Amino acid sequence: MTITDAPPRGATATGRIGDSPARPDGLLKAQGTFAFSSDVPIDGALWGATLRSPHPHARIVSIDVSAAWKVDGVAAVVTAEDVPGAATYGLIAQDQPVFAADVVRYVGEPVAAVAADHPETCRRALDAIAVTYEVLAPLLDAEVAIAGTHPPIHPDGNVLRHQRIVRGDPDARAPVVVEGTYDVGMQDQAFLGLEAAVAVPDPGARGVELHVATQWLHEDRRQIAACLGLPPDQVRLVLGGVGGAFGAREDISLQVHTCLLALRLGRPVRMAYSRAESFLGHVHRHPARIWMRHHATADGRIVKIEARFVLDGGAYASTSSAVLLNAITHTQGPYRCANAVVEGWAVRTNHLPCGAMRGFGVVQACFAHEGQMDRLAAACGLDPVEIRLRNAMRTGDTLITGQVVESVAPVARCITETAELPMPDEPIGGAAGAGVVLDPMRLPGGAGLTADVEHVRRGVGWGVAMKNLMYSEGFDDYSTARCRLADGVVTLKFATSEVGQGFVTIAQQIARTVLGVDRVVLEPIDTQIGSAGSTSASRQTWMSGGAVDAACRAARERLFEHVGRLHDIDPLRLVVEGDEVVDSLGHLRAPVVEASAGIEIDETVEFHHRPTEELDADGQGNCHTAFAFVAHRAVVDVDAELGLVKVVQVATAQDVGRALNPLHVLGQIEGGISQGLGLAVMEEIVQIDGVVRNASFTDYLLPTFLDMPVVVATLIEEPDPQAPLGAKGVGEPPCISVTPAIVAAIRDALAQFEGDRPVEVARVPVRPADLALPS
Amino acid sequence: MNGQEPSRHPEPGDRADNAGEERAGDRRIENVYRLHVNGAGHDVRDAWLGESLLYVLRERLGLLGTKGACEQGECGSCSVLLDGELVCACLVLAAGAVDRPIVTIEGLAEPGAPTDVQRAFVTAGAVQCGFCTPGLVMAAHTLLDRHPQPTATEIREELSGNICRCTGYGRIIAAVEQVVGERAATAAAGVDPSRSGP
Repeated sequence: MTITDAPPRGATATGRIGDSPARPDGLLKAQGTFAFSSDVPIDGALWGATLRSPHPHARIVSIDVSAAWKVDGVAAVVTAEDVPGAATYGLIAQDQPVFAADVVRYVGEPVAAVAADHPETCRRALDAIAVTYEVLAPLLDAEVAIAGTHPPIHPDGNVLRHQRIVRGDPDARAPVVVEGTYDVGMQDQAFLGLEAAVAVPDPGARGVELHVATQWLHEDRRQIAACLGLPPDQVRLVLGGVGGAFGAREDISLQVHTCLLALRLGRPVRMAYSRAESFLGHVHRHPARIWMRHHATADGRIVKIEARFVLDGGAYASTSSAVLLNAITHTQGPYRCANAVVEGWAVRTNHLPCGAMRGFGVVQACFAHEGQMDRLAAACGLDPVEIRLRNAMRTGDTLITGQVVESVAPVARCITETAELPMPDEPIGGAAGAGVVLDPMRLPGGAGLTADVEHVRRGVGWGVAMKNLMYSEGFDDYSTARCRLADGVVTLKFATSEVGQGFVTIAQQIARTVLGVDRVVLEPIDTQIGSAGSTSASRQTWMSGGAVDAACRAARERLFEHVGRLHDIDPLRLVVEGDEVVDSLGHLRAPVVEASAGIEIDETVEFHHRPTEELDADGQGNCHTAFAFVAHRAVVDVDAELGLVKVVQVATAQDVGRALNPLHVLGQIEGGISQGLGLAVMEEIVQIDGVVRNASFTDYLLPTFLDMPVVVATLIEEPDPQAPLGAKGVGEPPCISVTPAIVAAIRDALAQFEGDRPVEVARVPVRPADLALPS
Repeated sequence: MNGQEPSRHPEPGDRADNAGEERAGDRRIENVYRLHVNGAGHDVRDAWLGESLLYVLRERLGLLGTKGACEQGECGSCSVLLDGELVCACLVLAAGAVDRPIVTIEGLAEPGAPTDVQRAFVTAGAVQCGFCTPGLVMAAHTLLDRHPQPTATEIREELSGNICRCTGYGRIIAAVEQVVGERAATAAAGVDPSRSGP
């Protein structure tokens, strides 16, 4: 029985670990009363807006804001010279200006901001600011950045990171050699809840409170405080409701601008990006070109991998160095490999800045290594499943970084259990035999009524992925949680960003399970407690879940000590069973509600994962914390003449460790598949000469109900002993190997057409022209 | 400015007469128009006539349940009923909606007394970040009004004007199917399940 055969229902409000209770914010969201960061009720707030560069690379000759001040209703105009603290910010390197002062480095870079009484007034004030630019030659080719033939476009240079991995025998040879070059376009996270924030200044502008949608409150605060020239404790952040994130809220966007305007004016200011501005205002998935050459034995066992990665980081560093690390350390994918020579570059160009997006470098690597596995299968005369099973990684294997995989690694199970999932019973176009009416909505092109069933072929493709969990390379991304227990009610406090993934549900389930209570109150998510780290890297169930678990266990110890004193029992004999405190060696059974009556227990715990290391010059080191695995099988229908693709079904088996909330896991699986499908056949930010050409939902295509296939999913539950609850992160794996699986299925379908077809499809997103117009 | 700003979040039903200081360009527009939202009349005074229905609902009437995510009718987050038709409020000029009944997510049910569709969205896992949810709830009610027993294709086609970035739609379809089943099961009993409490 798969999880999609009988999906769980979140009917109960008091579920424990393993149940699927309703999320605590669910009804508010369904009734429209949940306050997103665009909905925070602050009286008397002015509107803020941002002036952005129209050029990918230009020198700012002058900025004349005088006309903007004359627009009726304008209260403030600020530029770089009004930034009181650090002029630049960034997650890893502080190389990005709050406002461009001398040079603009991408189309959309902030140059000035205004505050006014109405969004329309803001727009007119921005129009009135006169910026004189001297246009400079943009650096738009990543290879040129590597070659060093273009002058530095930033004082920190044009190379963001160069890292090699050399493992084993670089001269190792094997009889079968396959190679290919793979390209990945720039994908947008496209969360629905646009960037929005409200800043409320303290009296006398001594500090500020910011209500904002973000993935990491404390890191935002660090950067904001530095730029405002305020001590961090004078900057208080409150999580405004977050309408999705997917990596795009890991870097700051409007945070400093909003606070700066509010502090200048001594009154609240809110900013809210439009969709077009959002495309410019946050980082994106790195476009990449990846070359790989696999050497294998005649029976398909990988001997050596050579690879070269080039990631276009755009104008500023963001997390490019970490994305590159992830990409190159996942060169081998979930397969054994003893010898490797890998070279990785992340470079600066005058394109949009790139950083975190779900999958974080592994999406790019996986598209390449899975393309290679299919080439290897063809060269060895094996089918796609067999080649993957022969090379499947196991716990205890050594990676090309020299790190031993200590995580549970059920790669072979992911593959075999995916293979056992049923194929779609529906033929092309939905027509099952004579007399059954064709449903054109189920053909490629759908309502366009363009595809003819006679010209459609069905293909099947595979993708398998490994994904690191938590932060890497020595970073201690700890998480903090506070648990209070009084009169049978647990109150939890943490700064963990709830972005839609459902940590608020999981936290309650953990507390109910550990402490045997039904009622768990969640305090506001803000900076009034220690950091929880970022909601990214599939890490919050492990890290913040671990912190909540540890805080609840600490509270339980205090409860046992209290009960032990009252009844003269060694606290070590006490356990929680159901909703009772039970003496495991005696007869005492006391409901937790009664046992905790009249006392107040208050425990705060920091949870740290085990330390990791930076890579050395040869790319060797225990750089990652843990790994998760997943397999995808895609079935697609292709009309090669029209270049149309319909994804019919995606089957998947995912290594989740332990499903704390199966319904939430299923939501992550289906949602991730949707985003991976988008990258495979729809989604790309198109930049021509450094100018974004499709910054709207009309021109940047997102999967709709009609594009999304049926998903058949099964969970591989082998609790990981290193995970605090046995549970691995589940957010990223679903979106990683589904993309190469869909592309492999397209190649499989194309191979069934007669004549010369360009079956060399090695770029995502796959565009109609790539299929219909052989080059 | 006389120190007065438009209140950001007046209560529903407030007369929006504190917007009298509105400026758009250099024109000051003296006007008032009346919107009928969720069964109540609201005077919108001295607003810039270029404002969309989405902006006026949210910023002048304080009805924040209607969300804006694309501003060009692609995503359905701002879906409301206008004359009983499902429309994107971002594409409707507020001043053009005078004297036409408007229903927003706030008009479907009282807080804490959700419709069957709202309940099903929660229990079936159709809600993650929830930003698309109000619009999808509006669209799902419209779908079920038009097709009480929709086919799988009809569900996908009718809801395809609403984009969700989190769920991949599977649990939303499950929520709709859950409501179809519940309504069919209770129809014989003569109960209107769409208006019963949780």
